[in-house]
Amino acid sequence: MKNEWPLWEIFIRGQHGMSHRHVGSLHAPDADMAIKNARDVYTRRNEGVSIWVVEAKHISATAPGEKGPLFEPSESKVYRHPTFFDIPEEVGHM
Amino acid sequence: MYAQMIKTARSGVKTREEMNDQEREFQDKIDNDIKIEPRDWMPDDYRRTLIRQIGQHAHSEVVGQLPEGNWITRAPTLERKAILLAKVQDEAGHGLYLYSAAETLGESRDELVRLLHEGRMKYSSIFNYPTLNWADIGAVGWLVDGAAIVNQVALQRTSYGPYSRAMIRICKEESFHARQGYHAIMKMAFGTPEQKKQAQDAVNRLWFPAIMMFGPTDADSTNSDQSMAWKIKVKSNDELRQQFVDQTVPQIEYLGLDLPDPNIKWNEERGHYDFSDPNWDEFFNVIKGNGPCNVDRMKDRVNAWEDGQWVRDGLLAHARKKAAAKVAAE
Amino acid sequence: MAVDKDKLLQFLLRQGDNTLILGHRVSEWCGHSPILEEDIALANTALDLIGQTQMWLGYAAEVQGEGKSADDLAFLRDAWDFRNVLLTELPNGDFGQTLLRQFLFDAFQSVLMGRLMKSSDETVAAIAAKASKEVAYHVERSADTVVGLGDGTEESHNRMQAALEYLWPYVGEMFESDDIDAAMAEAGIAPDPAGLREEYDALVGKVLTEATLDIPAAKYAHKGGRTGYMHTEHLGHLLATMQWLQRAYPGCEW
Repeated sequence: MKNEWPLWEIFIRGQHGMSHRHVGSLHAPDADMAIKNARDVYTRRNEGVSIWVVEAKHISATAPGEKGPLFEPSESKVYRHPTFFDIPEEVGHM
Repeated sequence: MYAQMIKTARSGVKTREEMNDQEREFQDKIDNDIKIEPRDWMPDDYRRTLIRQIGQHAHSEVVGQLPEGNWITRAPTLERKAILLAKVQDEAGHGLYLYSAAETLGESRDELVRLLHEGRMKYSSIFNYPTLNWADIGAVGWLVDGAAIVNQVALQRTSYGPYSRAMIRICKEESFHARQGYHAIMKMAFGTPEQKKQAQDAVNRLWFPAIMMFGPTDADSTNSDQSMAWKIKVKSNDELRQQFVDQTVPQIEYLGLDLPDPNIKWNEERGHYDFSDPNWDEFFNVIKGNGPCNVDRMKDRVNAWEDGQWVRDGLLAHARKKAAAKVAAE
Repeated sequence: MAVDKDKLLQFLLRQGDNTLILGHRVSEWCGHSPILEEDIALANTALDLIGQTQMWLGYAAEVQGEGKSADDLAFLRDAWDFRNVLLTELPNGDFGQTLLRQFLFDAFQSVLMGRLMKSSDETVAAIAAKASKEVAYHVERSADTVVGLGDGTEESHNRMQAALEYLWPYVGEMFESDDIDAAMAEAGIAPDPAGLREEYDALVGKVLTEATLDIPAAKYAHKGGRTGYMHTEHLGHLLATMQWLQRAYPGCEW
């Protein structure tokens, strides 16, 4: 509908030091109001210290069909994970 | 059960043999509890059924603001007023989360609202009953939200990712609702004789409407099988209703109130309480629009929407002017 | 310096009744706003106002020293005992009128709370410190909405201008001063409201200009709320609703 307020995706940093996490979406006429609405809708229970808003139409995403080629190759690269390497106990914590 | 009698977009359950490869792959994911996400392929019927169910659920939250909102301006203490207002505000929030989940399926919130206002979508039958005394506010929180929680806890496992996540968020918030309701009605039940009378009146009036919230008996619930196979619905109406009755009867007894149904009795053999069926004629009448408050509820929602048109248009027009001015300045 | 207890009580009632009555008005919107996001935001505003009321009236009851509670003061006084400015008891009207009333009050509160945070009375300063954070958000949000609607469509502009014509004559009362204010100022508890006008006009003027709204030229100001001498007819109806349960079933615990 042409006069529907745009849809915004909301990302909230729950605590200092954490990344912003997607928490949901809402409608707002512009970015400023989207931030204010996000404050009122998604931090009613003291859930945030910082808010990002992105208009939903500006988000690009991977296509579900590409899941194989995009993500499966990394499954074979186990050496990227620290537990791949056995370190002698005498060396201490690493 | 804020979504009742959702007509599944197809009749009967498709067997594996009837499915094509894509459908079989889809069903395998569901059977393995892998969530379906917005951009994944899904059968049209699954999408349509979900839109109906999530939409009705969202409408129920928003219409559900009205019976409790009816008492915000009459709450007897500042603290009760704040608690009730926060609670009704949460319902608006839940409506918002659910509309957002429906929007991931390609149906806009405005469109869903239009369908509701045109009478083409429904909301839960419970909200067509009036709140007549202050104890009703306790009873609604405790019984109505309590019934909703039984269903929503099950729905946290639903197969559609955004719906499941909305349910998880909502369940976290709902436990506050049921507890504040029980706390409010405790004050009434343990208060003066006049307060106790109000508490009894509330339980008597709201008991059957509350157990109707789970929808018709399984035998009459023709649309359930495919929804269960798709894990849009996770437990049957009767299972959920029994669970609610079992958890609620001791709570009524604790309040020292008379049970609202003389047939409520512990059945040792089944390990459950027996209870009377609600009057299903009444239920179907309320669904059809003949409940005590159907007309008023819809009028309130339509008025709020129509009276708000100039506000939505005005704020959007200003935002567009600001954006245009910014572009011109760059 | 010891301040007259009755005067301090009157001052506290003025604060608490403002937030009580306006909070009640704003809460009337719950479930009926133009869009869900605004419904949720308005409820937050009302919740903040109720919370501030609990603090102001709680302290008022303590100063009064008759063993009453904030609830007793809210639910068991009659209209002539209320000390809120008339602006707060006016009916909501349309959404624009509600938000404009909110802005006109928020702007006043934002100026006042800044001063009260430095009050010589520690409790007043502590309440103001908590309220000031809420007020800072309220005024930002209501100002944004007033600008958006004033500078929105022709219809929204006209409605906001009409709301301003209706509400503006009630602005002046917030800056009235009497012997109570003089006593508060002398004791360093609160500023003389008359001295806040300039800062208020600058803030409100800026926002209303951005909203393309014209401040009415007429200077006449309705008054009678903060002294209790003459409220509007609207207050009685509000109290009839708000106080009904407490009046009908006295002495209950809720």
